Amino acid sequence: MSGQSSGCGFLMSVVVHGDSALNEQENELNQQLRRLYPAVNELETPLPRSWSPKDKFSYIGLSQNNLRVHYKGHGKTPKDAASVRATHPIPAACWDKHSYGYHGDDGHSFCSSGTGQPYGPTFTTGDVIGCCVNLINNTCFYTKNGHSLVCDLTNHLSIFVCPQPNLYPTVGLQTPGEVVDANFGQHPFVFDIEDYMREWRTKIQAQIDRFPIGDREGEWQSMIQKMVASYLVHHSYCATAEAFAKSTDQAVHEELASIKNRQKIQKLVLSGRMGEAIETTQQLYPSLLESNPNLLFMLKVRQFIEMVNGTDSEVRCLGGRSPKSQDSYTGSPRPFSSPRHKASGSQAYLTGFDGGCCNGVMSSKAHPSPHSHKPCPPGPALLAPAAELSSLNGSHSLQQPNASTDVDMEVDHFTNGVTESSSNGFFNGTSKHGAQTEDCDTDMEVESAQSKRQLCGGSQAAIERMIHFGRELQSMSEHLRRECGKNSVNKKMLKDAFSLLAYSDPWTSPVGYQLDSIQREPVCSTLNSAILETHNLPKQPPLAQAVGQAAQCLSIMAHSGSGSCAFAAVDDYLH
Amino acid sequence: MACLLEAPLRISVLSEVTATSRHYVDRLFDPDPQKVLQGVIDMKNAVIGNNKQKANLIVLGAVPRLLYLLQQGSSSSELRAECAVVLGSLAMGTENNIKSLVDCHIIPALLQGLLCPDLIFIEACLRCLRTVFISPVTPVQLLYTDPTVIPHLMSLLSRSQRTQEYITQIFSHCCKTPEHQTVLFNHGAIQNIAPLLISPSYKVRMQALKCFSVLAYENTQVSMTLVNVLVDEELLSQVFVRMMQRDQPIDMQLTAAKCLTYMCRAGAIRTDDSCIVLKTLPCLVRMCSKERLLEERVEGAETLAYLMEPDVELQRIASVTDHLVAMLADYFKYPSSVSAITDIKRLDHDLKHAHELRQAAFKLYASLGSNDEDIRKKITETENMMDRIVSGLSESSVKVRLAAVRCLHSLSRSVQQLRTSFHDHAVWKPLMKLLQNAPDEVLVMASSTLCNLLLEFSPSKEPILESGVIELLCSLTQSDSPALRVNGIWALMNMAFQADQKVKGEIVRALGTEQLFRLLSDPDSNVLMKTLGLLRNLLSTRPHIDQVMSSHGKQIMQAVTLILEGEHSIEVKEQTLCILANIADGNTAKELIMTNDDILQKIKYYMAHSNVKLQLAATFCISNLIWNEEDGSQERQDKLRELGFVDILHKLTQASDPNLCDRSDTATHTSDLSPAFLQILSSIDRQTGTNTCTLIVL
Repeated sequence: MSGQSSGCGFLMSVVVHGDSALNEQENELNQQLRRLYPAVNELETPLPRSWSPKDKFSYIGLSQNNLRVHYKGHGKTPKDAASVRATHPIPAACWDKHSYGYHGDDGHSFCSSGTGQPYGPTFTTGDVIGCCVNLINNTCFYTKNGHSLVCDLTNHLSIFVCPQPNLYPTVGLQTPGEVVDANFGQHPFVFDIEDYMREWRTKIQAQIDRFPIGDREGEWQSMIQKMVASYLVHHSYCATAEAFAKSTDQAVHEELASIKNRQKIQKLVLSGRMGEAIETTQQLYPSLLESNPNLLFMLKVRQFIEMVNGTDSEVRCLGGRSPKSQDSYTGSPRPFSSPRHKASGSQAYLTGFDGGCCNGVMSSKAHPSPHSHKPCPPGPALLAPAAELSSLNGSHSLQQPNASTDVDMEVDHFTNGVTESSSNGFFNGTSKHGAQTEDCDTDMEVESAQSKRQLCGGSQAAIERMIHFGRELQSMSEHLRRECGKNSVNKKMLKDAFSLLAYSDPWTSPVGYQLDSIQREPVCSTLNSAILETHNLPKQPPLAQAVGQAAQCLSIMAHSGSGSCAFAAVDDYLH
Repeated sequence: MACLLEAPLRISVLSEVTATSRHYVDRLFDPDPQKVLQGVIDMKNAVIGNNKQKANLIVLGAVPRLLYLLQQGSSSSELRAECAVVLGSLAMGTENNIKSLVDCHIIPALLQGLLCPDLIFIEACLRCLRTVFISPVTPVQLLYTDPTVIPHLMSLLSRSQRTQEYITQIFSHCCKTPEHQTVLFNHGAIQNIAPLLISPSYKVRMQALKCFSVLAYENTQVSMTLVNVLVDEELLSQVFVRMMQRDQPIDMQLTAAKCLTYMCRAGAIRTDDSCIVLKTLPCLVRMCSKERLLEERVEGAETLAYLMEPDVELQRIASVTDHLVAMLADYFKYPSSVSAITDIKRLDHDLKHAHELRQAAFKLYASLGSNDEDIRKKITETENMMDRIVSGLSESSVKVRLAAVRCLHSLSRSVQQLRTSFHDHAVWKPLMKLLQNAPDEVLVMASSTLCNLLLEFSPSKEPILESGVIELLCSLTQSDSPALRVNGIWALMNMAFQADQKVKGEIVRALGTEQLFRLLSDPDSNVLMKTLGLLRNLLSTRPHIDQVMSSHGKQIMQAVTLILEGEHSIEVKEQTLCILANIADGNTAKELIMTNDDILQKIKYYMAHSNVKLQLAATFCISNLIWNEEDGSQERQDKLRELGFVDILHKLTQASDPNLCDRSDTATHTSDLSPAFLQILSSIDRQTGTNTCTLIVL
């Protein structure tokens, strides 16, 4: 990933860390740096934060947390000059041995050579010199006491075009007793770098806004309409899809009955009635599960979990237990969750942001879901709540007549899914997992306090049925292994599900998250995609694919050192 | 109505057009008010975007009828509003349309309409008024004829975003003079408009901002008030700073920078305030960059020039910020050769702005180089700079010529440039040409520059002298403009400094003693000072002194006496005493003093004066009289001793000023001191005496 318009400057300031306030200061510092380097993941590409004690000449001494440089040499000849570089380069790709500099004694600039050219004013003791590398237009400029010394590229001074972005901040000294204090963004810069970044952000966004979208009249609009329609169909909002198709005059590529069937199955899965869902699927799509044993196995495992939960139809009829709050899950799939759970989903947009931290289970719990009736403690990185899809395509008014809760929630989810995943992935870094577990626990405690939950709804018959079902599942797993070879995903799935029985209160157990209704969504989505595939329809709606693709593009841009990606987050365009 | 022949067809089409237009006008006279309303609405739809139709309707007399309907109390408010809308649409046409509307007294009628309570009608009236007032053909004074108008407009500011937008736009276009500023200020413009700076509407914010820029321009009262204004608990200057953020529209950044610039120049904000140094100045420098539109670059450069004109520190910062000096060189590259080939429209646009760009760049260079020698050097070293100035001096546009000569003047303050680039490029040639025939403001700048070119060390002095400049300068001293008289005499003064007898004689001959003595009684003290300076330079080196005094001694002594007796500043009197000291240095001329008891008494008086400078000058005069190397020094010493000068000199040795003690020692112990020492002392004295007369024009 690549940082953009990285500012690094030298400032006469001392960093003092009081121990007690250390963490708070750390956090604040991280936030400051994050603002300066949008879209940089420090896990992958650490930022320069101090001078490197390794990469320095012996004449150089370091102090003040490696931020102060002082010169210990004789300073008699140019051979006595010494330099030190920062711990990390300004994040980007390849390393090339070019360097750029600004000399205090003559104000000349140096570019990959020993002879300087007149550049700016000279500088001396007390001056604050800053250096800004702009990875969008690949230029660099210096500042003196907060005044920028940008040179107009049309002049002969175009010496600061630096094509290779992997640059280490460096200072060189040659005068005995000389001291330089550095500020890598830990303190506010004298130069108004934020304002500079604002300008570039605006530029990039204007560029995106002005991007030409097809020449032929109506082409763009009809394409957008198709995307919306396919999205609605994909998630089986048949009434809305029908109304939308009618008013925008386009054909739906799936029969209405088929959409309704899928809707029915999805509702069953999302309300936890897995047994019925499997049965219905087998009725409507006889060959699907047969030819897809892994899918069937996943559905069965989920059924087992729902049995433990007391929600599956098979145990519910035994327990005679009325559906509790959880069951009233009105059911709408989480549209973008499927790619997260697909092993092959590496093309999905999420991965672009962060390999590790935003994976499925964890991140999806971080934000309040309107579907779960539990009180949700705010996650550590909540962004603004959902806006509406309508502003994207103007279709909201068309959804209104249906007045179905599905639609509204769906809209919420659309944005939530995206906002949350990118923010978590980027902002929260590693701390995410820890925080997540905590959230989990709190959730469960609150819920158990609200309603006393019992295994399988509390009925003995149900428990027996569940145990029996578990045995069947076990044998199915063994059968599967024999037929198709080892499958670690399946193994883990089963193990996790069975682990629920090891705790007296499975809901508060470490594996209790499986009981959360939100876990039905990936199952639902996978099943839906599988059904669609048998009909030769895309397993992912084009809209989601487009968003994912845009995010992936940004990620590739970041990796290849194209700085403008920092100001083009997909979220900014999902109003 | 098909026609067979082509010519009649065209005629019939024309008459058809007039006929339909006539029909629109006729419908305004229908007795049925409902039909009149429909007629006005149809007319509205017919004129939108149709300049020909607008002109037709005006010719056919629609305007008076519309105005009548608009003013008629019996008209429905809907009809009145529609009338105002149609009038507003007519105003959107050509300048001729506006003229016709103004001639029909549309302005008082619409202003009257603003008294109506109906908001829609008010908005329509304001929209039309706005269109009329922003036209350059409308006399802005019409807004101020009725004194109740401004307060009423202020009260309408609270009605709606539209009234806010239109009224502030009217204000910003009609505030052209300090009187206008005062009227608006006195009616609470600041308090009423300040809250609009945070309006949700961009147009309102922008127009409010423009209002403040015209109100604050060169107006201390407004500027001083503005700094203390709070908008939503935030200081106005901070609101302006926010408006200069780089993600704001350029127009807004530029106008906000103008507001802060004007407030700073009016003394309301210090030049070292961070909102000027770190925000306004960099913002204006950015406006000069190639990325900006040509108009923005012109305004940016002019505003920046104005901001830093009086402050050398700002000049220094600007000179390094974003390589401004080099950036400005681009202003001279329009129309570019590329634009000529590729794009006719672009060429036209470039041509239109080329003059403006050049003059703006010259102004900014002039401002940048007005104090700092290093910056001047940097400017003259910019590619083709001197050539550009030289060709700028003879451009057809007066604006460019003026700016070029301003730039040249600013650079002429550099001794080094006078010696090098000015001479190499023979800038005196176009300058002299400019002086032959130019408007006064150009003449003032050009003659100021000439003064510097005539300094003793300037290599251009010789060729200028040979080009017959003396006549020209003498004619300047007869100008009605004090600035031109000063520059004329100043140049002559510089010219006479250490000049040979021939030049001095020519100056006296060309100027004429009559004019010289007229200038000695000039009401402008600057003219008087420089005339005295000229006299003093003429009266230097002994042979010259004696020669001038032998021919003009009487008048000079008379003039000197008059000035010493008159009410004049210390500087003038000092200069006059220095002239006496020079006279005292002559061989024969000193007798003119020794025989004039009145003058001797005056010298004695000034030796005991409370002002040290005058004491020094008077003592200097006496020391020249009693210098014992010359003939008759003993007699003069005796006479002066008799007159009590020695006592005064003794007293002065106890005075605190070391300079003075030194000189009175010289005078009292003259006989005891070695002649060589005295000579050095005396010659040094004389040097300082004459040197002060040549000043670089600043």
